[in-house]
Amino acid sequence: MSYGMILLKLYWEFFKTGLFAVGGGMATLPFLKNIGETTGWYSYGDLMNMLAVSESTPGPIGINMATYVGFTVAGVPGAVVATLGEVTPSIIVILLVAAFLRGFRENPWVERAFYGLRPASTGLIGAACVSVFLEVLTGIRIAGEGLVNSVSLSGGALFLWPQLLLAALLLVLTNAVPRVRDLHPIAFIAFAAAIGIIFRFAGA
Amino acid sequence: MTRERLEALRDLFVTFAKIGAITFGGGMAMLPILQREVVVVRRWATDEELVDYYALGQCTPGIIAVNTATFVGQKQAGIPGGIAATLGVVFPSLVLISVIAGLISNFADIAEVRNAFAGIQVCVCVLIFNATVKLLKKSVVDYRTAVIFAFVLAGSVVFNLSPVWFVLLSAAAGAALKAFEARGKKSEGA
Repeated sequence: MSYGMILLKLYWEFFKTGLFAVGGGMATLPFLKNIGETTGWYSYGDLMNMLAVSESTPGPIGINMATYVGFTVAGVPGAVVATLGEVTPSIIVILLVAAFLRGFRENPWVERAFYGLRPASTGLIGAACVSVFLEVLTGIRIAGEGLVNSVSLSGGALFLWPQLLLAALLLVLTNAVPRVRDLHPIAFIAFAAAIGIIFRFAGA
Repeated sequence: MTRERLEALRDLFVTFAKIGAITFGGGMAMLPILQREVVVVRRWATDEELVDYYALGQCTPGIIAVNTATFVGQKQAGIPGGIAATLGVVFPSLVLISVIAGLISNFADIAEVRNAFAGIQVCVCVLIFNATVKLLKKSVVDYRTAVIFAFVLAGSVVFNLSPVWFVLLSAAAGAALKAFEARGKKSEGA
């Protein structure tokens, strides 16, 4: 694919993401995962790293991720094109809604559609959550070829016990420990990075 | 374009660039900062209007911060205003992430960096899990929404399909279920 074609495809893929991701930044994750899988531009592991950086830097997470993916695929022009692609549908939809603001809020069909959209968006993020758990914490891999995904083993250990232990610890810290659970995600990301370095999580 | 109009667009761009640069995490984290800059400092909208925009920004497709920026911008200066505010809110991300991404790719081969990211990935797992649980409470409100959630979750783990199909199907399903319910109520009443 020529560089121009890559930029064009980036714009189109992010346009679709901006149009169909409902519920903010995290809702774009299933779409970004899908783009990585269908184009081979980046792996799911790469995407996890981008998400971590996006959570730890200022700016809306969804925009940070779009910029990061775009940069990874095609440098600074890629970052600009991906971000513009993601905001174009927003601008169009919001301008339309603003023009018919009263009608939009009172239209029963809009409320009905969102009644189904909201749990679906959560389901998509839930599915992304399942595959990231398998990818990071176990040796089980789900890969898309054909209509039905295939399940295989990575060849390494089935369960990555140090990772599983850290996940359990973080789950408790972020939900059950008063005061600690209210800390900004950056605190937990920094803590996980320190644990990763001390216990050589990548085996490097 | 008149001088005042250009100045209005510049003000929108600069204010929203500032909001983008000092917001951490987007979404809910942005509301207090928006309130201060848009309602108190600039007086572009009232508190009630801002909450309205924000609510609509959450139930229209796309990034909530961008949707809210477009709303405020278009109210202030029409379509160019909406575009100026949106470009403003994404500008800091573009600069900052490009710089950081460039730096990280240069250090990616260092053992400590690889180990750190392997640890961070575990944390990201937990953050996504927490986000899912939080969204579950808001979106799964009865058994029908629970069924839609379960179908989409299982369907997108098992099938290799674009998320777009799940979104379109569930919007149609939601509309059909609710319309059916509305008709049922009407005939009961009659």
